[in-house]
Amino acid sequence: MKTNDVILQTGTKVVFFIIFLFSIHIFFAGHFAPGGGFVGGLLTTAAIVLLLLAFDLKTVQKALPFNFMIVVAIGLLLALGTAAGSIIFNVPFFTHAFGDFYLPLFGESALHTAMIFDAGVYLVVVGSTITMIQTIGGDS
Amino acid sequence: MINLLLLPIILPFFFAIILLFFKEKIQIQRALTLIGLVISFIASVVLMSVVKDNGVQSLTLGSWPAPFGITMVSDMVSVLLVTTSIVITFFIVMYSFISIGKERERFYYYPSVLFLLTGVNGAFTTGDIFNMFVFFEVLLMASYVLIVLGGEKKQLRESIKYILVNVISSALFVATIALLYSVIGTVNMADISVKITEIGQPGIITVIAVLFLLVFGIKGALFPLYFWLPGSYAAPPMPVLALFGALLTKVGIYAITRTYTLFFIHDLSVTHELLYVLSILTILAGCIGALAYFDLKHIMIYNIVIAVGVILFGVALMNESGMTGAMFYLIHDMIIKGALFLLIGIIIAITGTSNLRQMGGLMKTHAPLGWMYLIAAFGLAGIPPLSGFTGKLLIVKGAFEAGHVWGSIIILASSLIVLLSVIRIFIYAFWGEPVELKTTNRRAYRKMIIPATVLVVLSIVYGVGSEWFVPYMSDASKVLLNPSLYIDAVLKE
Amino acid sequence: MEFVMSIIIGILFMAAVYLILSRSLLRIILGTGLLSHGAHLLILTMGGLGGTSPPVLAEGVTDYADPLPQALILTAIVISFGVTAFILVLFYRTYAEHQTDNMNLMKGNDEHD
Repeated sequence: MKTNDVILQTGTKVVFFIIFLFSIHIFFAGHFAPGGGFVGGLLTTAAIVLLLLAFDLKTVQKALPFNFMIVVAIGLLLALGTAAGSIIFNVPFFTHAFGDFYLPLFGESALHTAMIFDAGVYLVVVGSTITMIQTIGGDS
Repeated sequence: MINLLLLPIILPFFFAIILLFFKEKIQIQRALTLIGLVISFIASVVLMSVVKDNGVQSLTLGSWPAPFGITMVSDMVSVLLVTTSIVITFFIVMYSFISIGKERERFYYYPSVLFLLTGVNGAFTTGDIFNMFVFFEVLLMASYVLIVLGGEKKQLRESIKYILVNVISSALFVATIALLYSVIGTVNMADISVKITEIGQPGIITVIAVLFLLVFGIKGALFPLYFWLPGSYAAPPMPVLALFGALLTKVGIYAITRTYTLFFIHDLSVTHELLYVLSILTILAGCIGALAYFDLKHIMIYNIVIAVGVILFGVALMNESGMTGAMFYLIHDMIIKGALFLLIGIIIAITGTSNLRQMGGLMKTHAPLGWMYLIAAFGLAGIPPLSGFTGKLLIVKGAFEAGHVWGSIIILASSLIVLLSVIRIFIYAFWGEPVELKTTNRRAYRKMIIPATVLVVLSIVYGVGSEWFVPYMSDASKVLLNPSLYIDAVLKE
Repeated sequence: MEFVMSIIIGILFMAAVYLILSRSLLRIILGTGLLSHGAHLLILTMGGLGGTSPPVLAEGVTDYADPLPQALILTAIVISFGVTAFILVLFYRTYAEHQTDNMNLMKGNDEHD
């Protein structure tokens, strides 16, 4: 079945990036305000699902040629690695480190190892949700 | 090395993640799984010696002070269970190399097994009731994957029921924790115990105790909540069934034991009396099931139910002998169930059926298998000096001390029925006229029998050398019977 | 407020039980979703709905909401999200394999396979 969805496809090309950028914003906002890896990941998934609706599975796979199980694995490794870093320093598991640093371009910024953990969560959420959707959508 | 008690949880998790990168390379997956399990085993043995020398170990994640952060606690009970789980998983994984099939291996079988082990070890180690829920979910997710893996028609049908039952019990678990939190205002297990002692267990706490029994009873297959178990466990292939039979119900038993010895100890006449009655009924129901079926898998699955009853009977007694016996029997049951399921798997692989009526005469062609099976069967029934004996003896002794004469008679009678049910398998499968066997691969058979044999030998060592394990078991029962040991270790500051 | 919430939770549980007891797979999934929603709201309510400010460290705030139920509920939501996604995939596969979504037709035991 080939339907003519020019408006949806053209709109998606723009809206996808808006949603994606917003999800990145939400992800970083999680540092001090509501947001974070889980919500950010879901928003990114929503953007990809929009792509899937507008185009078909094959096109999207060509555009995003990742194996999403690998994305999940990388995310889990990041999360576990952050938590396990404390083993090396012999402090209780999951102890985070943080501080204020001067970064070029950004100026004074607060950095926190929880961010890396959150990045892991982000990747896990994106990877697992897309895998689920691909599995269901794959047979039809 | 203050993070030592976490290593048996983190290491399988780490290796499971690494395995996700090697989806198509089965040889690498196998090797990494074995390496991961060996390292985890070493960590858990070291941990056991530390616990033996220095008492209960505890660690609060993220450097939070104790009642606020998530606490992980390793006492003798949990470290014994963790070590046994890793050993059994190791042999089941070895067995899977031959029997599970390439298709399943490629579809994340080994990572799922390791995730399952992560969840099981985490549930044994955690000292936070909500964190226990999280680890339950980890192991359940892994078990969902394992039970559907392969996607046969029957598997899909049965796994729906399995998943539905577990989703409902998880929702009940959350609801129960919510109710407990509203009364007590904490989720740290040691802190809960202190607070319940302070307010002296009013009626609402007893209601929550019964709710906990309901939740864990579904996971642990307690009467009348075991209804889902026989159908679901019969669906997946043998190594998965062995893993589930040896580990999953034990997590439920552990959770009941922990909550009923740490939290709800001020109104024994209601809570523990209930547990006592339910465990007896579980034994009876299991006995009926074990005798009723002519299917190898079902007979053994109902034997799981009987064992659940026996262990919880020992726990419900709340005295020294009963608790030590329950611990002895718990470890014994994990080993022997692993061994028996693997042996039965070999029988099914050789004959190509799980129906007893279509077998016979295996003794002529597969004599070593027969002898192994016979030893394991005697061990399960508790014939001295094999491994089931010590545990059952202590449980019965505890029952007489507590004045539950009828209960101990039922336990003893159930041993006979267990013996009858497993010997029936022996008689039908190994004696009689040999039936036509399809030509089997002798090499595969030999490779399959090695892990099963090692597990049987382990159970013999465990039975004959009970004396060596007594100090460990009595340490375990001491922690269970004196909550103050546990509480002091967690809230030491 | 707690009173209203308890009634809502009751309704959610009731609807969930009704849906789970029905025959269609899709309704059962919806039922499990409602059931976990009910359980999550129960956590939130049981922690007490008091407190006017968010549980974030700030100057001069004493009347803040209890942060623990919120942390617990978030964990529980993530877990139930994962489980629901998994169940959806599984039920879809089952439907494709069995050509039916009627639980009545999925009875059976080994002897009659």
